[in-house]
Amino acid sequence: MGSWQQHLPILPVVLPLLTGTVLLLISETRHRLRATIALLATFAQLLLALTLLAMTDAQLPAPWHGEIAVYSLGNWAAPFGIVLVADRLAAIMLTLTATLGSAALLYSLARWERAGVHYLPLFQFLLMGLNGAFLTGDLFNLFVFFEVLLAASYGLALHGSGVARVKAGLHYIVVNLAASLLFLVAAALIYGVTGTLNMAELALRVQTLGPDDRTLFDIGAVLLGVVFLVKAGAWPLNFWLPTTYAAASAPVAGVFAILTKVGIYALLRFETLLHATGSPAPFGGEWLFHCGLATIAIGSLGILATQRLERLAGFLVIVSSGTLLAAIGFRGTALTGPALFYLVSSVLGGGAFFMVVEMVQRNRAYAADLLAISFEAFGLQDPASDTEHPDETVGLPIPGAMAFLGLTFVSCALLLTGLPPLSGFVAKFSLLAAAIAEAPGGSSLPSWLFVAALLLSGLAGIISLSRLGMRVFWSGERSTPRLLWVEAGPVAGLIALCAILALAAGPATDYFRATAESLHNPAAYIHAVLPAYAGGAGE
Amino acid sequence: MEIVFALAIGVMAGSGVWLLLRPRTFQVIIGLSLLAYAVNLFIFGMGRLRVGAVPVIDPLKGSSPDLYTDPVPQALVLTAIVISFATTALFLVVLLASRGLNGTDHVDGQETGKE
Repeated sequence: MGSWQQHLPILPVVLPLLTGTVLLLISETRHRLRATIALLATFAQLLLALTLLAMTDAQLPAPWHGEIAVYSLGNWAAPFGIVLVADRLAAIMLTLTATLGSAALLYSLARWERAGVHYLPLFQFLLMGLNGAFLTGDLFNLFVFFEVLLAASYGLALHGSGVARVKAGLHYIVVNLAASLLFLVAAALIYGVTGTLNMAELALRVQTLGPDDRTLFDIGAVLLGVVFLVKAGAWPLNFWLPTTYAAASAPVAGVFAILTKVGIYALLRFETLLHATGSPAPFGGEWLFHCGLATIAIGSLGILATQRLERLAGFLVIVSSGTLLAAIGFRGTALTGPALFYLVSSVLGGGAFFMVVEMVQRNRAYAADLLAISFEAFGLQDPASDTEHPDETVGLPIPGAMAFLGLTFVSCALLLTGLPPLSGFVAKFSLLAAAIAEAPGGSSLPSWLFVAALLLSGLAGIISLSRLGMRVFWSGERSTPRLLWVEAGPVAGLIALCAILALAAGPATDYFRATAESLHNPAAYIHAVLPAYAGGAGE
Repeated sequence: MEIVFALAIGVMAGSGVWLLLRPRTFQVIIGLSLLAYAVNLFIFGMGRLRVGAVPVIDPLKGSSPDLYTDPVPQALVLTAIVISFATTALFLVVLLASRGLNGTDHVDGQETGKE
């Protein structure tokens, strides 16, 4: 095998870093050059992610043994050096990030990229943080990548400026800075007790802790769990989410659809690694399950109460987070595979929905924009104005804009509420089937609670989406918005991917089940990272 | 020394949390800075407090771990300081933007209550 393939796991981090740096050096006026570089780099990341996906599934010959790639930075062996670990779950998340990133980037090239400076570099740094967080096998490194992606997301959330964005961004930054400080306390406490930051070694060391140290470790783990729950948007730590997502510009909000899933990913990773040691409270078990149910309930209430499409999209993200939390916290491991399917489907659908919402609202925004401009000119404050669109657009408009918008809106609604025939239905159906199959094993109450929560949240979504959809599409007084190919293409692509996911539900389900199995067998992960410990570590 | 150290962390964290919950953006940023100091000291303390020990191996002293203090928390503290410094600076910009756009330093961008 070529030697470059050995370095495959680091490339998803290095490539956006270099691209972002190069983009910073090129003048903002050279739109075409910058856009080409950013697009090429993002597509290259997608290719890298797909290669890793194929390699961890043994579809392509891999330069490492087994399904898990371990990359030692600086060639320092595992507990002493920092490692990157690419397993199936990491590969799925990388692919998802790159797919959503490509779509959002394409979409933003039409107009949003010009609404402020440094959009493209920040976008690359966001991708770098996401990729790094999914790949790293080191607790403190996870913190650093979280900070990278958060720092980029602060900039992107404020992209385009305006009163609403600054106000929402302020809250978003404070909440996340406080959460980052908690992360540091948790990481320090865990290091102080176990003497390691390597996630695989952590799983081994925890088993040998005495009762006093174990208590301290559990406190650290609880703090860590709180941090992940803040990122995941779990109730009651999610009040910042709808406002921030609604205020952010559309492509940014589209990418943010995956930000909450970083928290879910981290929870899942720690839950499975620490499972053998008796997972501390926030990672799995009853506690997480009820937290997920509460999140679904609050999200559904928000969905029913909201009057604006952007906020509705934010609440739909909360519901999908809640569903995932409840599925991870559900007794047994049968729900993990369907949960991953749901994760992929809801991220693609949610990302597309944020962009559709912006296109749908565009015709309404025409008059609102004029108002905003006059308000600005006279130095008045306009509480209603939420966005200001840069007027100039590039590219060709598409015909049949209204039909396209209607179709994509309905597709997103089907995806996010879990109605057939798109992948949202397959995902929800397999979650429900797995939950019901678990029922006879023990108390059936959790299963029915889960089924009820899923169905009711879907109903709330349908009610609200059809109500707002009618108001938007059938109210008659709206002009047809002008859409460009470069904007319509990515949205159509994301929805087409969901359709493919539904058509290929069989192979996809098998793949996600295999991922879940490898996740619930942490011995393989630990063995890959720490070959020397393999003997005693197995069980 | 442990008592003084713990008191310092406790006082700073307590004041930080109090300020973080205040309605003025300036109080919030000072609160965040105090919390960051407390957290940095805490990370430092997790390497166990030692007086007169260095974290880097000195060939003249020998390689016994007893002679040295744990270098990892010190590296972590450095990273944490840099990151919290950068994010505080970023927050300062947003704070000023919010003050400029809204004409008030309230965290919600508008005054609530009596005045």
